Amino acid sequence: MIQTQNLRKSYGTTPALRGINLQVQPGELFGLIGPDGAGKTTLIRILATLLLADEGSAQLDHKDVVADYRAIRRSIGYMPGRFSLYQDLTVEENLTFFATIFGTTIEENYELIRDIYVQLEPFKDRRAGKLSGGMKQKLALCCALIHKPTVLLLDEPTTGVDPVSRQEFWEMLQRLKAKNITILVSTPYMDEASLCDRVALMQDGAILQVDEPDSIVNSYDKPLLAVKTANIYQLIQDLRQFEPAHTVFPFGEYVHLSLKSVVWPELIHGYLLDRGHADIEIKQAMPTIEDIFMEKSQV
Amino acid sequence: MNHAITANNLTKRFGDFTAVDAISFEVDKGEIFGFLGANGAGKTTAMRMLTGLSRPTEGEAMVAGYDVYREPEQIKRRIGYMSQKFSLYEDLKVRENIRFYGGIYGLPRKQVRQEADRLIEELGMSEFANSLVSGIPLGWRQKLAFSIAILHRPAIVFLDEPTGGVDPVTRRQFWEMIYKTANEGTTVFVTTHYMDEAEYCNRVSIMVEGRIAALDTPQAMKASFGVETMNEVFLRLTRPGG
Repeated sequence: MIQTQNLRKSYGTTPALRGINLQVQPGELFGLIGPDGAGKTTLIRILATLLLADEGSAQLDHKDVVADYRAIRRSIGYMPGRFSLYQDLTVEENLTFFATIFGTTIEENYELIRDIYVQLEPFKDRRAGKLSGGMKQKLALCCALIHKPTVLLLDEPTTGVDPVSRQEFWEMLQRLKAKNITILVSTPYMDEASLCDRVALMQDGAILQVDEPDSIVNSYDKPLLAVKTANIYQLIQDLRQFEPAHTVFPFGEYVHLSLKSVVWPELIHGYLLDRGHADIEIKQAMPTIEDIFMEKSQV
Repeated sequence: MNHAITANNLTKRFGDFTAVDAISFEVDKGEIFGFLGANGAGKTTAMRMLTGLSRPTEGEAMVAGYDVYREPEQIKRRIGYMSQKFSLYEDLKVRENIRFYGGIYGLPRKQVRQEADRLIEELGMSEFANSLVSGIPLGWRQKLAFSIAILHRPAIVFLDEPTGGVDPVTRRQFWEMIYKTANEGTTVFVTTHYMDEAEYCNRVSIMVEGRIAALDTPQAMKASFGVETMNEVFLRLTRPGG
């Protein structure tokens, strides 16, 4: 449904995309996962026909983003990262406006947005600028859906949103996916990868890996331990000096220690005792998307 | 006095709306304290009262040994503050930002110069020292902003969503800086939307509709709800039945 071939884009001398090859299947919920500056927004804007690539090509539903941009604009829904609705129009006026532009009405496609819009309806006479963050995001999604697009492009819809609204938003995306809409969504929150069918991990304008979230996690190939002692700061310093250590990263209340090869936990325990640590706990750790991301991005 | 912060029935009302509803808690010296809550739960209002920027409607609070009603100016001198949205002047160079904040906090000129050299060296930022802040990568910017927030060795540093959008490696380097700072005795008061980050804190409070719905170590909170992650704790507290 979405294809790109060697997409490249620079802003002045700064490369934003360094040759992106991507394939998104029809009906897939596909995540672009990466920090700020990875190139997520540039890629989405090129697919939304709002930006021209320097090199390479891209198609949505077999239509070229340059030659067939008019047809593409009719068939995609796009939600930019920054709130871009009319702040001084009401909720209902914004939605009517977007429906009219696409030559349709709210009634005609109400079925598609009903789940989301019922939560907004009590506020339909409120100006968009006066809505809470979570409500703005729901309205923006309704406006992106009102012309019944086949592809949704969502640029960081959950950034800066609290965990409750984030969860609700992902539940909405699951329901839209069930209605056979292809969804490409970007996010800097690594933990959201598990909510996608497949993800591309992005960093510095390149794709590090594309796969199902479970396969990505299972591809981690080093012994990984979670270690904890009474003094985490000292623990990090000491583990960095530990010869068999590959990487040492704080992970919540534990420190994730990846090893160059298998080492008996007793050996690590003894090493830490020698350095004056107390309350030592060492256990096997399950790798997370972040472990993978850090491993891949450091190579 | 062993507490960096004590709040007792601290309340803030705006007209009929109670933004912060009689919250009471203590933060120990050198503790990393996570201050969580949904958007609109009252975190920012509470933080503004604790940093001497907003006068409470009712209740008491002592911050770094000073009273929030009578001594807000002393509080401001004894704390550091950093937020994701605004911390550094983008059209000043790295070194100029350090000098500017050093001056604001009243450090002697010579000391500011030395601190600037030390900071740039420690952060490995020599190549950016004379670049405008607007031109340096986000991760560096945030590490620099944190270092500047503790330039004057404050008793407490307030971090308002400091790590949004940062890559996982940089985010961890940032937390190592927080650990180091706390290890040296500075109290760290931090808000975040990353629930996994709550697990880096010694203790965490979760605000729901102006009140503190839970306050404990992350381990104890997870155990009391019988869940694996702080995200689940958060959802249980803020979305009953959900």
